[in-house]
Amino acid sequence: MGDYSFPVSTPIEPSATASEVGTFLERLHGWVVTVDHKRLGILYILYSTFFLLVAGAEALLIRLQLAWPRNHMLSAQVYNRLFTMHGTTMVFLVGMPFLFGFANYIVPLQIGARDMAFPRLNAFSFWLTAFGGFLLYYSFLGGAGLYGMGNAPDVGWFAYAPLTARSFSPGHATDYWALALIVSGFGTLGTAINIVATVISLRCKGMTLMRMPLFTWLLLVVSMLTLVTITPLTAAQFMLLIDRYLGGHFFDTQAGGSSLIWVHFFWIFGHPEVYVLVLPAFAIANEIIPVFCRKAIFGYPAMVAASLAIMFVSLGVWAHHMFTVGMTSVSTAFFTLSTMLVGVPTGIKIFNWIATLWGGRIRFTTPMLFCIAFLFQFLIAGLTGIMLSVSPWDWQLHNSYFVIAHFHYVLVGAVVFCIFAAFYYWYPKATGRLMNETLGKWHFWLFLIGFHITFDTMHVLGLLGMPRSIYTYQPDRGWNLINMVVSIGGAIQGIAVLIFAYNFITSYWRGAIAGDDPWDAWTLEWATSSPPPSYNFEELPEVHSRRPLWDLKHPDDPDWEYEA
Amino acid sequence: MSSLPLHHPAGATEWHLPSKRRVGMSALIAGECAIFTIFVVAYVFYIGKSLTGPTPRQVLDIPIVGTICLLSSSLTIWRAERAIEEERIAWFTLWLAATIALAAVFLIKTILEWKELIYHNGLTISTNLFGTTFYSLVGLHASHVVVGLFLLSSTLVCSLFGWVDSRQSERFGVIALYWHFVDAVWIVVFTVVYLIGR
Repeated sequence: MGDYSFPVSTPIEPSATASEVGTFLERLHGWVVTVDHKRLGILYILYSTFFLLVAGAEALLIRLQLAWPRNHMLSAQVYNRLFTMHGTTMVFLVGMPFLFGFANYIVPLQIGARDMAFPRLNAFSFWLTAFGGFLLYYSFLGGAGLYGMGNAPDVGWFAYAPLTARSFSPGHATDYWALALIVSGFGTLGTAINIVATVISLRCKGMTLMRMPLFTWLLLVVSMLTLVTITPLTAAQFMLLIDRYLGGHFFDTQAGGSSLIWVHFFWIFGHPEVYVLVLPAFAIANEIIPVFCRKAIFGYPAMVAASLAIMFVSLGVWAHHMFTVGMTSVSTAFFTLSTMLVGVPTGIKIFNWIATLWGGRIRFTTPMLFCIAFLFQFLIAGLTGIMLSVSPWDWQLHNSYFVIAHFHYVLVGAVVFCIFAAFYYWYPKATGRLMNETLGKWHFWLFLIGFHITFDTMHVLGLLGMPRSIYTYQPDRGWNLINMVVSIGGAIQGIAVLIFAYNFITSYWRGAIAGDDPWDAWTLEWATSSPPPSYNFEELPEVHSRRPLWDLKHPDDPDWEYEA
Repeated sequence: MSSLPLHHPAGATEWHLPSKRRVGMSALIAGECAIFTIFVVAYVFYIGKSLTGPTPRQVLDIPIVGTICLLSSSLTIWRAERAIEEERIAWFTLWLAATIALAAVFLIKTILEWKELIYHNGLTISTNLFGTTFYSLVGLHASHVVVGLFLLSSTLVCSLFGWVDSRQSERFGVIALYWHFVDAVWIVVFTVVYLIGR
């Protein structure tokens, strides 16, 4: 990558840390008490990788059960627990911790700060999140109160009332669900506050808002959205616990309460939550696509404006999850139109990414491959989203596998693909070693093929009328072959993820030495050593444009001459 | 190309960023607003939907004294903020103690109100929808008052030991910001519970 040197930071001697490693217990203790944003970021990511494997295994069990008609490998009760735990785990213990992990690691580096704004709050938030996750899984042991067999929550990840009432869900499984999410919700709130304060108050000299890397911009938007998204869920869960433990009547239809208001409260959280998960995926694509096609991002201000527009519009679309509950035609029309409106800023983003790729010298490395697949898949996911926003269409397909296929296209096809891209892209920064490119390509192609076998055909299942959340079906429905195909695709994805896990672990020792800047990138995290020292930068950098490292590498043609 | 400008034209500009504590507290308040919004919406949605008594009109009295105390505590804490910025620590301690006293009066009035409701009127959280929504909304606000009271009292203890000076004014400003929020929420809760819902 040329022989320029970075005046921004002098890398510390790599052997210096190696000589101070200490015993295993000392190192473990160091990780438990750490307040370093990079270590906490890694803890977040390892935590959510663990739960990704757990929830992935749950998904495979679900697919194994559905592969044949009249299969009784799992009982109906166990099946209900599995899809509840799969959904809850993937959203709260995988999606959000992944994204906050990347935010923790990358944001302070990108804005040229030494740490997050509140390092101890950061550690506290992580341990709350982790405690919440393990509390949820403890329900397998303690859900029935330790007397009989434990059982996990089985009320679905949206836990509709009145199924969650004491009379319909006895035992403590539902309480584990609510308490675990309240606890991890407070962790999420803490991290969101931390990211907002960090981005607003800790930027290095010269980094105005319109010079921030788009990753940081989008994480700021996501964190602001999280502040008003996770809190309604926390409030609703407190109401649920008041109903269950203090005899309250919030969702008690026998006493004049409304079960519908739970559905509203849940989706007031639940829909913006989708954007909380997908905006960081955009953020990752915003970093990777320009670097691997050797061009600055096209339409930076439009990207920022579109992200803010998505944030605001996403707060007013929740009832499109509720077209079938029987709303007035005015509300139905409103939520149809507001949902379609989200397509406008999202479309602007897609066009900007394509314009960035246009005429670039594209390097098809593993992170870039994942991002290109993301572009296509997210487009399809968006289009089926527009289809479902049309309320008559939704009346037909609500709670069918078409909806399942749609949101898995978003959450796997966009979010998980971008998370994998981010792994391959930032792994060398965090460990100092590159992940194996051959295994990476195997991972990509297998995962891509498996993904499309599973989720493309799943749309057809929905159109054929297969409802979600059923544990088995009759053989004469015409769903047999497609269900088998969907399950085979799931298995292929499972193999791909195992290859990834192998690559992830072995590259730590055997990967090629990365150096500070293996991708010839332009944002500040690549200006420090890999892995960065605990203080990040020896002296805090000063930036003059959106691509500070471009300015350093090309002093004859700096970016700030062209930026307004 | 060799005539590279050594200094960027904007390089000499001043660089000021907002206080991270204020930004953090504002972010927390934004999240708290969402929590209160959900509870307020539930309260408004269930006005008049209780299947059994007692109704708000039968049992609720407008808490005039408590409200005046809580709202004026915003004024006294503002005086305390001014005092600590100007290094008048004796006045700071005095205004802070006044704030705590006013908040304590509010809490005591709430306790007496609840005691009356529970023992005299037989309204508990499980009696009817009004009880459920009333105790959870007013209780949510009261728990915020308790947290604020804890923050203020620990500051008062520090101040009485002489550990507080104007260097802590920014930190105290964050507590004051929280306290103003608690007061502002009471205006909403008061309006919804005692004016609209009664």
